Amino acid sequence: MSSETSQRTTERGRIRVTGFDVDRVESRDPLSSWEPDLQSEEGRGRLEYAWKRFRRNHLALFGAATIGFMILLAVFSRPIQLPSSFPVLAGQTVQPFSLAPADPANQDVITGYREPTLENVLTWPPTGLYLFGADWAGRDILSRVMYGGRWSLSIGFIAVAMALLVGIPLGSVAGYYGGKVDELIMRIVDMLYAFPFIVLAIAVIAVLGRGYWEMILALVVVGWLPYARIIRGEILSVKENEYVTAAKALGSRDRSIIVRHILPNAMAPVIVQATLSIGTTVLVAAALGFIGLGLSPASAEWGVMLNVEQDAIARGRWWAGLFPGLAIFVFVMAINLVGDGVRDAFDPQGDQTDSDTGGLR
Amino acid sequence: MSLQRFVLKRGLITIPLLLGISLLTFGMVHAIPGDPIDFITLFTDLDPQTEMEIRAEYGLDQPVYIQYIDWVTSAATGDFGRSIITRDPVIDEIMTRLPYTLVMGIMAFGVTLVTAIPTGVIAAYYRNTKIDQASRVFALLGIAIPNFLLGLLLLLIFASWLDLFPILPPTDQGILSYDMLVYTLLPAITIGTGSTALLMRLMRSSMVEELDKDYVRTARAKGLPERTVVQKHVLRNSLISVVTVAAIQVAFIISGSVVVEIVFSYPGIGRLLVNRVGNRDFPVIQAIVLLIGVAVILANFVADVLYAYLDPRIRY
Repeated sequence: MSSETSQRTTERGRIRVTGFDVDRVESRDPLSSWEPDLQSEEGRGRLEYAWKRFRRNHLALFGAATIGFMILLAVFSRPIQLPSSFPVLAGQTVQPFSLAPADPANQDVITGYREPTLENVLTWPPTGLYLFGADWAGRDILSRVMYGGRWSLSIGFIAVAMALLVGIPLGSVAGYYGGKVDELIMRIVDMLYAFPFIVLAIAVIAVLGRGYWEMILALVVVGWLPYARIIRGEILSVKENEYVTAAKALGSRDRSIIVRHILPNAMAPVIVQATLSIGTTVLVAAALGFIGLGLSPASAEWGVMLNVEQDAIARGRWWAGLFPGLAIFVFVMAINLVGDGVRDAFDPQGDQTDSDTGGLR
Repeated sequence: MSLQRFVLKRGLITIPLLLGISLLTFGMVHAIPGDPIDFITLFTDLDPQTEMEIRAEYGLDQPVYIQYIDWVTSAATGDFGRSIITRDPVIDEIMTRLPYTLVMGIMAFGVTLVTAIPTGVIAAYYRNTKIDQASRVFALLGIAIPNFLLGLLLLLIFASWLDLFPILPPTDQGILSYDMLVYTLLPAITIGTGSTALLMRLMRSSMVEELDKDYVRTARAKGLPERTVVQKHVLRNSLISVVTVAAIQVAFIISGSVVVEIVFSYPGIGRLLVNRVGNRDFPVIQAIVLLIGVAVILANFVADVLYAYLDPRIRY
């Protein structure tokens, strides 16, 4: 248990310099507060220290706030009504707020719907309450960008969460047991790594077809690879520690050794990679939407919004594409700031300037 | 270990990898629920006689492992069968578009090298100054901007507003014509921006590491001009680690080209792939996916060999 950091503490990395106040040293020393606790002390202490460092990183906090704001906008853009087949609260409106100025599907918010021609298409620039202008069908772009976050953002978070659920167990098994299992899993990882992220995703979509869950599955097939690799490498270095040998000698089962003793100490690089991956995943999902292999053209997913307007943008209706594009850009930027902050928080000694290569490969 | 032995050893590793990706691309078609023949005939009803003939033509009456061996051996000679949509040989469809993608990729690579290395060197030399900060901000922007948005904005500014480029590529003139090469600059810059951002930061950190080494102090102490120190000593050593990253750029440029070719209606491989995924033209999709996989594996091989050649410590 780490205690409160006093005002007089000067911190340099992990070395703390304080006055010789015996009581305070005693209360801070992890050994003196040792209890027979089943939770891993080491893992929790590290998380706490990381959180403290993260809180001081203003840029990362700004990124986190931006992401929070975008999620709130997406959730509160339109009321959410549960489907009538839902087990609890069927047909009830669980989210009554509606921040979006117009219905994202409504076609005559500004001028009334007209068939878009080269002449009248230029007459829907941003005006008044409809800050971002209207798209080719006369729908309010601001409302669609807000509402579209529900697709773009949920794809990013769900796909990364599922990729973690696949990558961590496979990587743990490969690293812990070694031998043939390790060979098999890592050769599969090597093979899949031969294809660039988006090409592999396109191949999976070619097989599965288009759609929301199909796209998430495609992103998971590509997305689990880095976690398997990272966790395997970490486990290889962690499993030689004495405490693992001790746990084995005491007769712990393999599963509890992995979950309780090894994983907590191997998680830091996985958390960093996962954070950055959310940005990459949203970017690739939008790119798939843009090339017409993502969600249906009717949805307000940000990449799809750019896809249906691409000719119009090149011909001068910049607002139709700029705002959905900016939404992707701002989100990815914010995620990268948070990811850099998380990395610096876990590894304050590391060269901070290496951190801006993003989650790309 | 001699360089020859290293090349041999590293080359042997690529063989199972190549076999693996060929199995994956072949297995793709068999992972689709339903009978592959439905995708060849586009779900039309056939009399049994014609169906047998088509099955025989595509080898679908053979056991799967024989189908795989047939497919892989003819693929090795460049025969990927015929496209389901156009009925043209797949290899012809690919070969007419490959030059466009290659030229665009090479230009993108050139853009990356020409901009990333000097800016990375400058950022490292003036580290922790305003110049370094600016390069860091640029890197963050370059990585976060979606390449399709950047491409559309370039089209809007340079083709629509400034009228310096046509909106559609002048494909009728052939890839090596002046107009086409000039047009290709736009997609090349679009792809190059993302990889410039990455490479610039890598160049900077590898350069910063070298600048702190003892031999730099020695070189300065013996009175060499600063220019010689940086160009002859530091730059050469820090370029070594950048070479390996350049191989990763190949994968980066390939994935970039898939999206950017759509933005610019560019008649390359990536656009062919995307169009045929919509039509489920599997012979073409398989051929392109396999080619991309092979290209990336070979690029990694070349990079490893180059690295071993430049830095003999790697071989052991």
